[in-house]
Amino acid sequence: MVKLTAIFRHQKLLGLLTATLFTVGCAQPPAPTDSLYQQLGATAGLEQLVDGVLVEIEHDPQIVHHFKDTDIARFRRLLIEQLCQLSGGPCQYTGASMQESHTGFAITPADFDNLVNHFIKVMTAMQIPVASQNALLAKLAPMYSDVINR
Amino acid sequence: MTSCFKLSCAVVLVLLSAQVFAGSKIIGTAGATSIEGAAGGGLVPWAVINGYASSGQWSVTGFRNQVGVDDFSLRTLGAGFSYGNQFEVSFTKQTLALDTIGGDLRQHVVGVKYHVAGELLYTEMPQISIGAQWKQHQNFELPQAVGALDATGIDWYVAASKVWLDAVAGRNILLNTTIRATKANQTGLLGFGSADQHGYRLMTELSAALLLTPHWAIGTEFRQKPNQLTFADEEHWRDVFVAWFINKNTSLVGGYVDLGSIAGLPKQQGYYLALEATW
Repeated sequence: MVKLTAIFRHQKLLGLLTATLFTVGCAQPPAPTDSLYQQLGATAGLEQLVDGVLVEIEHDPQIVHHFKDTDIARFRRLLIEQLCQLSGGPCQYTGASMQESHTGFAITPADFDNLVNHFIKVMTAMQIPVASQNALLAKLAPMYSDVINR
Repeated sequence: MTSCFKLSCAVVLVLLSAQVFAGSKIIGTAGATSIEGAAGGGLVPWAVINGYASSGQWSVTGFRNQVGVDDFSLRTLGAGFSYGNQFEVSFTKQTLALDTIGGDLRQHVVGVKYHVAGELLYTEMPQISIGAQWKQHQNFELPQAVGALDATGIDWYVAASKVWLDAVAGRNILLNTTIRATKANQTGLLGFGSADQHGYRLMTELSAALLLTPHWAIGTEFRQKPNQLTFADEEHWRDVFVAWFINKNTSLVGGYVDLGSIAGLPKQQGYYLALEATW
């Protein structure tokens, strides 16, 4: 676990660098101000959200083992990209389908619930309004069937 | 106030001061505990499973409900167990005090519920559960005297519950429909069946809740009831409620109930209170 945590920290630093490059690349015409993307704080907000969720995952013995072979920097970049696209932001998700990327992980319903709890906890700490939280969860919830027991 | 109620209060204070591990399910998705011990609303069992245990986890729940209407008060006390968000079992003791008539009616309920399909929050298909409530009347003399046939009965039900995320003004909505096959008179507190009615009757029960925040919900319920005893009419039940999910270990529900006519005494309306502790 200690070793994993160290890898995690190291990769997070790498991730920050990658993300900076990525952010520059992603800067395109702004989304409408009332979009979910804006309510979540645009790219800066999504980065804060994903970093917060990564910290929660790191401290969650229920799910952290799923990430032991994960390239965290890449995972972070793709998750930000995906949330950006899902929330109507100016990004294009370039990762694999949810079904593909979770195959072989045997993600359980409890794992999925924990990740949802982490999202809610971090969004609440970021003072994202309940309506915006629900709007994002409504986009994430349908992924359940693609992610579970693959 | 009974010592039991004081004990409940003490438990709540302890839980408020330190939340202990309570499983992975999202707060609120365990519902509350209905009067017959099944996870649900106040009067209606829902398809949700009690406690916050998700896959591979287990959970125990203790609950205490109190209903006070014009001429009666119903007190329930019980405990439940669930595993894997898959099944729940519960045992409930009910006491209906006949405040105006005098005396009381007591019943024990053993409940089981099995989650068959769907996921409350995550799938397009509603969560669907089937359940049974085995009820044993404890002092059957009065129900028998007013025409009830049996002291024991089993209710069977199928329930479908679904949460729509971001449904109205950014809030989540829960809808539930339960179909119950029952022989019970006043949920069994007046026994089961009568001289001319001894088959099962199908009843519809409906609930709707608006989840204002992860911790607060308001809602309303309707429970259709049979009318089998000739000595007095039995009417459908309704309630409106406010639920406070303080944390995953403690919830408190307050409401207003309309239980219609009971044992010839009309317009039985009053309060509903439910306290639940779960680990």
